[in-house]
Amino acid sequence: MKNGTTNVLIVGVGGQGVLLASEMLCEVAKVLGLDTKKSEVHGMSQRGGVVTSHVRFGKKVYSPLIAEGEADVILGFEIAEALRWVHYLRPGGTIIVNEQKMIPPITTTGKFSYPEKVEETIQKRVPKTTIIDAYAIAQKLGNTRLVNTILLGVLSNAIDLEEEKWLQVIERMAPKGTGEINKKAFLEGRAIK
Amino acid sequence: MEMLLSGNEAVARGMYEHGGEFASAYPGTPSTEILQTIARFFKADVYAEWSINEKVALEAAVGASYGGARSLAAMKHVGVNVAADPLMTLSYTGVGAGLILVSADDPSLHSSQNEQDNRCYGKFASIPVLEPANSQESLDMMKDAFEMSEKFDTPVLFRMTTRISHSKGLVKIGERRVNDHAGFEKNIAKYVMVPSNASVRHKIVIERLEALKAFAETTPLNKVEMGDRTIGIITGSVAYQYAKEVMPGASFLKLGLGYPLPMKKITDFARQVERLFVVEELEPFYEEQILAAGIPCEGKKWFSNFMELNVERVREGFIAAGVLPKSAAPAKQAEEKVLPRPPVLCPGCPHRGVSMALKKIGVIVTGDIGCYTLSALPPLETVDTCLCMGASISHAFGIEKAKKTKKKAVAMIGDSTFLHSGITALANVVYNRGTQLTIIVDNRITAMTGGQDHPGTSKTLMGEKTNAVDLEAICRAVGVEHVRKIDPYDQEETIKILKEEVDRPAASVVITTRPCMLFPSKIKTERIFHVVLEKCTACGACFRIGCPAISAAEEKNEKGRPKALIDPELCTGCSLCFQVCSSEAIEEVEN
Ligand SMILES: Cc1ncc(C[n+]2csc(CCOP(=O)(O)OP(=O)(O)O)c2C)c(N)n1
Ligand code: SF4
Ligand code: SF4
Repeated sequence: MKNGTTNVLIVGVGGQGVLLASEMLCEVAKVLGLDTKKSEVHGMSQRGGVVTSHVRFGKKVYSPLIAEGEADVILGFEIAEALRWVHYLRPGGTIIVNEQKMIPPITTTGKFSYPEKVEETIQKRVPKTTIIDAYAIAQKLGNTRLVNTILLGVLSNAIDLEEEKWLQVIERMAPKGTGEINKKAFLEGRAIK
Repeated sequence: MEMLLSGNEAVARGMYEHGGEFASAYPGTPSTEILQTIARFFKADVYAEWSINEKVALEAAVGASYGGARSLAAMKHVGVNVAADPLMTLSYTGVGAGLILVSADDPSLHSSQNEQDNRCYGKFASIPVLEPANSQESLDMMKDAFEMSEKFDTPVLFRMTTRISHSKGLVKIGERRVNDHAGFEKNIAKYVMVPSNASVRHKIVIERLEALKAFAETTPLNKVEMGDRTIGIITGSVAYQYAKEVMPGASFLKLGLGYPLPMKKITDFARQVERLFVVEELEPFYEEQILAAGIPCEGKKWFSNFMELNVERVREGFIAAGVLPKSAAPAKQAEEKVLPRPPVLCPGCPHRGVSMALKKIGVIVTGDIGCYTLSALPPLETVDTCLCMGASISHAFGIEKAKKTKKKAVAMIGDSTFLHSGITALANVVYNRGTQLTIIVDNRITAMTGGQDHPGTSKTLMGEKTNAVDLEAICRAVGVEHVRKIDPYDQEETIKILKEEVDRPAASVVITTRPCMLFPSKIKTERIFHVVLEKCTACGACFRIGCPAISAAEEKNEKGRPKALIDPELCTGCSLCFQVCSSEAIEEVEN
């Protein structure tokens, strides 16, 4: 946390809910009276591309982008994606990552392959790594779309924002009729230490 | 009240708050959400439309402005090239009610074909350029833009960039205020740009620029923030944020009005600091003007004109310039090699069937801009050119007329792109006796930019029903005698018809009949396919059609090559893989 600004880099693949998660995180910071910015490149994420969202909050935020080596937390929705951006993490930073693997179609060309032992590589580089199976938890809760709130729950332990405010924001921003289940998913994630 | 808004949302909100009444655009990343936001939240007060292209969007906004409505036209940077013809002379006529041209530039070409710097258009057309540096300014400067436009009788270029358009920040919002403007008032000397009138107006433009220069000296849009006087930084747009983060203690002159520059203010600022830097993205737009005014400064020497800036690059610049110690940058962490994830055509995309057939036939495919351009990537690799919207048709025509290439060239163009700028090219082919085939891949939406309606979809941006342009009738009307339709999911028929039309010694058009799978809403199909592993020989034929639903299975053949696997969640049942599988290993799933 440099100059009192917290930097969270949220990464994944199109369609995983990265953007809603980063929106909620910003909203929590806003409710707490902090300055906040987020930046992402839209574009062809719906055609299977990489998605990143830079979220920053603190007393005063200038750049909407996190600089390399300055992310306090990387929240990965997909494990190879967390590895792709690992150089953005500051020394001593935290990685929280969903163990889900999304194998891109380019692997069938035989020219590229999905990285082996991703978990180990990340753990070796980053002592503070939490790998969770958010998909399984979501399935247990009966809705695979809950992956993003579960991950936010795990994230909430790594950054210092009030639980009450998280729950308020999730209630307000979750898709219609899913407030309760999303809050439950958040708390399931938050229970993982 | 404070809201978390993107720059684009803030522009929409600002336009609404400050009495905007007419907004037009042709979609294009990163500008698209401006009109979407206006149509979604403010359509009770602000008219909003998707125009057929950027030239028409600007001309319509000009008409609305002449007609007394505060107006805005929005487009991506290259869209301004399309609208440049009206823009250059619009500078001469000036406006009726306030008129803003929003240009969303794309440094680093995140989703564009080039990274041109549209501030240059401000200088070229002698019109003011506003450069917001965050979402709040994107909203607030809408007020300045409308007021300047009316006060100086000029269109205002409102220059966004991807990082301003697509970053969100906290914004204080306000109420809508409406201004009263009269309707169109006859004024031939001002509005009819024949040479005798235009020459008089050009003189007015030159005088207006002088008045704007005087305004630039006093407007609070250009802010001096004095700090440590050893370093002075002139900057604007998002570069200001990066510079502020890297050099929080330095002295700043932040330009909100990026053209014309406040040269006296700059001279004054330069005098007060020991070393003067200019930190700007892309072209040395400020720097060259400042140097031309005889003020020494350092800019592109340290901050490249290639790709967007960021905190790292600005910091590196100041380290290289000897301003910051090497230790100012955090130790670089090693990057891991991770496979790329290029965007791909969706499962069941109708463009796939066309590209597969063209690959089989073996022709040159002059391409255009849209999802179908993704066919240029492996494994299809069928699209051979992509320059700008509408170019495919004339490219094929030119290759034919050059007479140097044996293979035939076929044009592949989307429906939105054909309407945007393909019709005139097709008429030109007929008129000049070209014999090429043009394929209109009509998925009935503007898909690449996220699924916008267009004149062929029979629905407006405001959600009203309207008459649709009939593509087939247009092709016949410009003189194409052979117009046929194909179902791209039927490979045999598609190949047969395309072959016939490629060989035909006359201009022809083939139009596809399948809709986009993703927009306006995801199409759920009744059937899906699966791979029978015992029959799969791992020949790779289905891999080569590039469907994201097909991946490599764990199971391998005797040579160690992986067999295929179809993800039932992703398969849309288009059957194209089934049609290319010669081992009959792909079967429909019975349910
Ligand atoms: C002058 C210009 N305006 C806008 C764009 C942004 N843009 C890229 S492709 C495209 C339209 C694609 O629609 P269509 O031709 O129907 O193809 P689809 O993506 O639906 O396959 C647009 C608007 C651009 N590249 N250039
Ligand atoms: S969005 Fe539509 S046109 Fe684009 S790749 Fe997907 S199905 Fe094809
Ligand atoms: S049928 Fe085959 S090509 Fe079509 S979507 Fe399904 S897996 Fe892809």
